[in-house]
Amino acid sequence: MANNHRFSGGKVSGILSVVPKRVVRFADEIGHYGFSKEKSLNLQETMGFDERRIVDGNTCGSDLCLFGLEYLRGRGLLDPRDISAIIYVTQTPDHFMPPTSAILHGKLGCSRDVLCWDVNHGCAGYLYGLIEAFLLLPLLGKKIVLLNADTLSRRSCRFDRNIYPMIGDAGAVTIVEDAPGGGDIVFNMQTDGSRSDWLAIPAGAFRIPSTEATREIRALPDGNRRSEEDFYMNGSGIFAFTQTDVPAAVKDLFEFAGLGMDAIDYFMFHQPNRFMLQKLARKLGIPEEKMPNNIVGKFGNSSSASIPVAMCHNIAGPLLGGELKLCLAGFGVGLSWGTMIMDMGPLDFCELIEK
Amino acid sequence: MPDITAILHAIHPEHDFAASGDFVADGLLDSFDIVVLVQKLESGFCISIDGAEITPENFRNLENLKSLVARSAHGQ
Repeated sequence: MANNHRFSGGKVSGILSVVPKRVVRFADEIGHYGFSKEKSLNLQETMGFDERRIVDGNTCGSDLCLFGLEYLRGRGLLDPRDISAIIYVTQTPDHFMPPTSAILHGKLGCSRDVLCWDVNHGCAGYLYGLIEAFLLLPLLGKKIVLLNADTLSRRSCRFDRNIYPMIGDAGAVTIVEDAPGGGDIVFNMQTDGSRSDWLAIPAGAFRIPSTEATREIRALPDGNRRSEEDFYMNGSGIFAFTQTDVPAAVKDLFEFAGLGMDAIDYFMFHQPNRFMLQKLARKLGIPEEKMPNNIVGKFGNSSSASIPVAMCHNIAGPLLGGELKLCLAGFGVGLSWGTMIMDMGPLDFCELIEK
Repeated sequence: MPDITAILHAIHPEHDFAASGDFVADGLLDSFDIVVLVQKLESGFCISIDGAEITPENFRNLENLKSLVARSAHGQ
């Protein structure tokens, strides 16, 4: 059995996703990877690689989030005086210290009573952030601002065909607030640290400090190239993980909740690539139209921001117009994976904008 | 009925699959080739391969591939 829990009294009241304006295309990059033209076309069709959004220069995830927060403030959709906490989920902070949430607190002009957390998480980070927000809500009240952002394109080697064709950058703002009498929210979350090296940036922090050698891009036995300071993924291991551990946890939560899959309007899962999601949908018996898989080919995989990006891109209308029963699932670095079933909508805002 | 060897050669005509005892370890198939091969096996044999079966072990040689196709056909 997974680590299943239930709580109530909270809701998501708005979601805004922010993607960079810069568009890069897989077709323009295939020369980096050593793929034949035929193989590239096959991959484009199977994996869904097409366009991605990545930041320019030293743009950080916090820049995308601040742009979103100012956008909401400018439209009267968020008043900093209503905020009780800022949770910033990222693997690409502005600095080792201070916490990026504190930097955003200052730029937004929040009061000293606003609590700030940085959470180091990736593809399961939207669920981690929501869980933290829902747990804090009874104590703090008001509005908890959950920010999910990553700019992993800046830590991915452009020659690494396992990583670079799918990586996108994005930020997302999610507002969590009280919902007296609201419905149950059920979730599970699991971690297996024995596989923590399967998704990693091995060098550049304190365990293996940055040196000229760790920054050198090297050819690897499998034909790939990257440095020790670049994002690494054990591709086949991660694929097997998403097809075994993840569906088991999803099924377990449905059993805990006493629900059938057909009770769900949409399955908004983390967006690694089309092939993986199609296989996952088939394994869980979910109709493909209920589980969007189009984000990697439109915006790229933006780790913890991929679920809000998927919601804003695919189901903004239904979420603005009424209530949906959603199943969210995130899975990745840690390894961590979790599932959440909740009612959501009608939202105050649900939009995807460009910076 | 399609021929698995022909599908392998269609993906990598430059490789000699018959001379390899381990397509993955010998570098004849990388993880992306495996994804493409899955798609071609599924369409060629009208089968659905369970995601949990997509592990390097099942793609190491012709015998393992034949077993995978047979299992996937029986699981329909």
